[in-house]
Amino acid sequence: MKDFILPDADFGTPARRSDKTVTLTIDGMDVTVPEGTSVMRAAAMAGIEIPKLCATDSLEPIGSCRLCMVEIEGRRGTPASCTTPAADGMEVHTQTPKLAKLRRGVMELYISDHPLDCLTCAANGDCQLQDMAGAVGLREVRYTPGANHFQTRQNGEANPRFEAKDTSNPYFTYDPAKCIACFRCVRACEEVQGTFALTVEGRGFEARIASGTSDFLNSDCVSCGACVQACPTATLQENAVIEHGTPDRAIVTTCAYCGVGCSLRAEMKGDRLIRMVPWKDGKANRGHSCVKGRFAFGYAAHPDRIRNPMIRETIDQPWREVSWDEALAFTAQRLRAIQAESGTGAIGGITSSRCTNEETFLVQKLIRQVFGNNNVDTCARVCHSPTGYGLKTTFGTSAGTQDFDSVEAADVVLVIGANPTDGHPVFASRLKKRLRQGAKLIVADPRRIDLVKGPHVQAAHHLALRPGTNVALLTAMAHVIVTEGLTDSAFITERCDAEAFADWAAFVSEEHLSPEATEALTGVPADQVRQAARLYATGGNAAIYYGLGVTEHSQGSTTVMAIANLAMATGNIGRPGVGVNPLRGQNNVQGSCDMGSFPHELPGYRHVHDAEARGVFERLWNVTISDEPGLRIPNMLDAAVDGSFRGLYVQGEDILQSDPDTKHVAAGLAAMDCVIVHDLFLNETANYAHVFLPGSSFLEKDGTFTNAERRLNRVRRVMAPMTGLADWEVTMALANAMGAGWDYAHPSEIMDEIAATTPSFAGVSYDLLEREGSVQWPCNAAAPLGTPVMHEAGFVRGKGLFVITDYVPTDERTGPRFPLLLTTGRILSQYNVGAQTRRTANTAWHGEDRLEIHPHDAETRGIAEGDWVRLASRSGETSLRATLTDRVSPGVVYTTFHHPETQANVVTSDYSDWATNCPEYKVTAVQVALSNGPSDWQEDYAAQARAARRILPAAE
Amino acid sequence: MTPDKLAYMANQIATAFARLPDDEAEAAIAAHIDQFWDPRMRARLLSLAESPNTGLSDRARGAAALIRRPETA
Ligand code: SF4
Ligand code: SF4
Ligand code: SF4
Ligand code: FES
Repeated sequence: MKDFILPDADFGTPARRSDKTVTLTIDGMDVTVPEGTSVMRAAAMAGIEIPKLCATDSLEPIGSCRLCMVEIEGRRGTPASCTTPAADGMEVHTQTPKLAKLRRGVMELYISDHPLDCLTCAANGDCQLQDMAGAVGLREVRYTPGANHFQTRQNGEANPRFEAKDTSNPYFTYDPAKCIACFRCVRACEEVQGTFALTVEGRGFEARIASGTSDFLNSDCVSCGACVQACPTATLQENAVIEHGTPDRAIVTTCAYCGVGCSLRAEMKGDRLIRMVPWKDGKANRGHSCVKGRFAFGYAAHPDRIRNPMIRETIDQPWREVSWDEALAFTAQRLRAIQAESGTGAIGGITSSRCTNEETFLVQKLIRQVFGNNNVDTCARVCHSPTGYGLKTTFGTSAGTQDFDSVEAADVVLVIGANPTDGHPVFASRLKKRLRQGAKLIVADPRRIDLVKGPHVQAAHHLALRPGTNVALLTAMAHVIVTEGLTDSAFITERCDAEAFADWAAFVSEEHLSPEATEALTGVPADQVRQAARLYATGGNAAIYYGLGVTEHSQGSTTVMAIANLAMATGNIGRPGVGVNPLRGQNNVQGSCDMGSFPHELPGYRHVHDAEARGVFERLWNVTISDEPGLRIPNMLDAAVDGSFRGLYVQGEDILQSDPDTKHVAAGLAAMDCVIVHDLFLNETANYAHVFLPGSSFLEKDGTFTNAERRLNRVRRVMAPMTGLADWEVTMALANAMGAGWDYAHPSEIMDEIAATTPSFAGVSYDLLEREGSVQWPCNAAAPLGTPVMHEAGFVRGKGLFVITDYVPTDERTGPRFPLLLTTGRILSQYNVGAQTRRTANTAWHGEDRLEIHPHDAETRGIAEGDWVRLASRSGETSLRATLTDRVSPGVVYTTFHHPETQANVVTSDYSDWATNCPEYKVTAVQVALSNGPSDWQEDYAAQARAARRILPAAE
Repeated sequence: MTPDKLAYMANQIATAFARLPDDEAEAAIAAHIDQFWDPRMRARLLSLAESPNTGLSDRARGAAALIRRPETA
């Protein structure tokens, strides 16, 4: 509903793509539209609005309300314009006395079963039923209420047709009394979201909407909000609108949760954010969103947010609130003192994948220009650094190859080590739409993720491999493709390095790498591997989408290269519908990598050894840039324990909770003399900090995020920063306290500096983003409007490079003491360390982390559903409650890591990817046993955290 | 960084290039370490390579000779 107050034109039916056009006349105006376009849409394109209730342009029309009827010369009757395709030479009349009379009759019937409490209705002024009553000139309702759905009592008795409101969902309310049975919600749930949670019960007048057999909260509903968006009345309504009234202005911005990067309209009333609504013209999301972006923004106004800078001499003291000036002077002085004692390289920083490109650029500039070293890293270290290494080696750039629209042209999709319905929900909806149209799906994952079998979607193959055997599985697929002659030799000859291909082909053909030979290792039946490989190689356009289940292994980089090898060998690179697509976790993890957040790379992925690239920055910044790679996060922590690394500026990350081997991280942090945490909340890392700089939320600043498709989307300030300063201003103030003399007045000036120094961003400016909405880098003279698909004419590195991918088992082995393999992941309603989502009503869906264990493994250990269990590894132990499920295979257990109480990373090991030190989150040998409750470590930790979070009352 | 961990990391890199002949592998290991390791890590590795029985594989030890010397060690 709701496109009326803040209009985002609704054309009534979806756009059609066709090379052929047709021309018709509507109310005397000539209109030319693509063939297949409805008369309703054609009229809307000519600026003529035909009354409608059951049609909206995000859904296929069903022609049920009959309000949109028109008269067409030479045709009998009054066809529904939403289901009538426009044809050449048609002459359409949308307003005639006959139509007016018929429409009034339709409306009269609707209104006779609808309460007339418009003045006090939450959708007042934002209701299409109301609008249509006005549009058709309805003046009276001749029926006295007979059988109806809205009166609670009738003839002195309870009305059997009346249903009470469903308020179970924390974000929206379903009020059946106001339902006009247009089924827009049902269709939205099917067509847009792909969850099929809603059904129609009964027929005709008796037809009602139902969320399965239970209320919304306990149904299959994933709270994406698509039905609420589609509902033309107050039947499905956001609670915030019920509570505060309709918003009065809208600003388009970008979701700050995941790497899909949905464009959302922030709808405001004064400086209160009432609701987030997916923006139809957003090129990543095309008008859809998930529960996090749409509803879970309450954290931005949560009372836990820290509003004042705080400092303390040592971490056993309570925090002291101080002015910005005092905090910055204290910090600058400490950092300089450390450098004077222990050398230039003794301090560093961590950029945030949650912050904007501009902010990230400034943090790395602070480190390179002001700190004078390359000790900068980012949380991508713990997620997609292997993508950087792997794709750069094989293709020449770490960039994902496609845009999200590309999935619409895919015929076969291989999803490996990713769980899109939970991790990248809007992409998952777009993928499911394509699968319902007939594309084939292969899932390679130890766990039976939702995509494997869901409503109207079923994977052709689920390769349930043992955690840690990705390389063996992918190489076995390559073995099949090469030995069965399924390679695309034309592509390989033209586009790839011949010698490397020959070596690789000989390697993968070795008999001991065949599916049969590796079956015992991977646990995947050889026959399934063969069939999946054949399907991938011969099923048409084949696209690979992968996530952290690929990268977070000791062979993460090797796995990425194995994926790249497969795509090259089958020619699935360089056009829509194919490609290698890393699904990036955080909203701006792509951007933070692009902006030079790695200790060996300047912005634009140029190595610090590259004198020319260094020269660009040296001339502009007037300093010498070190040509030595800096420390990576795990190395920083190691060096801190050694005493050679003593100061760390952490912007918007919670490394203590998110990084593996918590005890090791804690020891590293505790050894430092100046830890500066710049964040919204006193996060877990802040327990070890000396300085806390309060951060600003994405609603409080201007900037850009770059999503997983390399798309730069604008983030727009919709309210003033709660602390007075946006994050980029804080970094600037810290730099200036250390003598930098920066004077940016607006983030657009930072973007101009990025464009001036970084070739792949040369064409980017805020003006361009205003004009185009968004662009995908590279964006420069060669591609002024950006690059949707990479490697179209040739690989960035010249010839694609096949790389030999020997399987090396991880040293994290199961044995008698630790017989099970733990793998980790996340779920839809919570986000990573949960700092945001735990502070919203999303906890209704996920109040705690649970351990998934196969019923066989549970039985042998005497574990029942919901029991507290002790999860122990060589690194440590924790306790949580168990859920019995056959989603995981025997021998494998699984948990999420959203809650600090669980501290799943106490358990994860110190092993990491050979090339990038990306930690091996996805494989840990563990034992599980019944326990009584939280472990000693959890209790000690909670006590330490409580002590470390004390804040002294402000001195008057 | 404990010496064990450094040696482990260097050996892991060596394993990744196991398919190459000795000289190429050593060059590849050294190039990788030059590109990604900060000077203090390289300095430690070099000192590990000088003493026997520090857990370094033969190739990792061989690569050490080719590694860029850190300026300030
Ligand atoms: S919120 Fe989304 S998943 Fe739930 S019923 Fe509505 S459309 Fe379906
Ligand atoms: S709930 Fe809304 S969208 Fe669904 S049928 Fe009723 S009025 Fe239509
Ligand atoms: S899919 Fe990702 S970007 Fe889109 S609304 Fe959900 S969390 Fe935000
Ligand atoms: S809008 Fe066409 S029949 Fe309802």
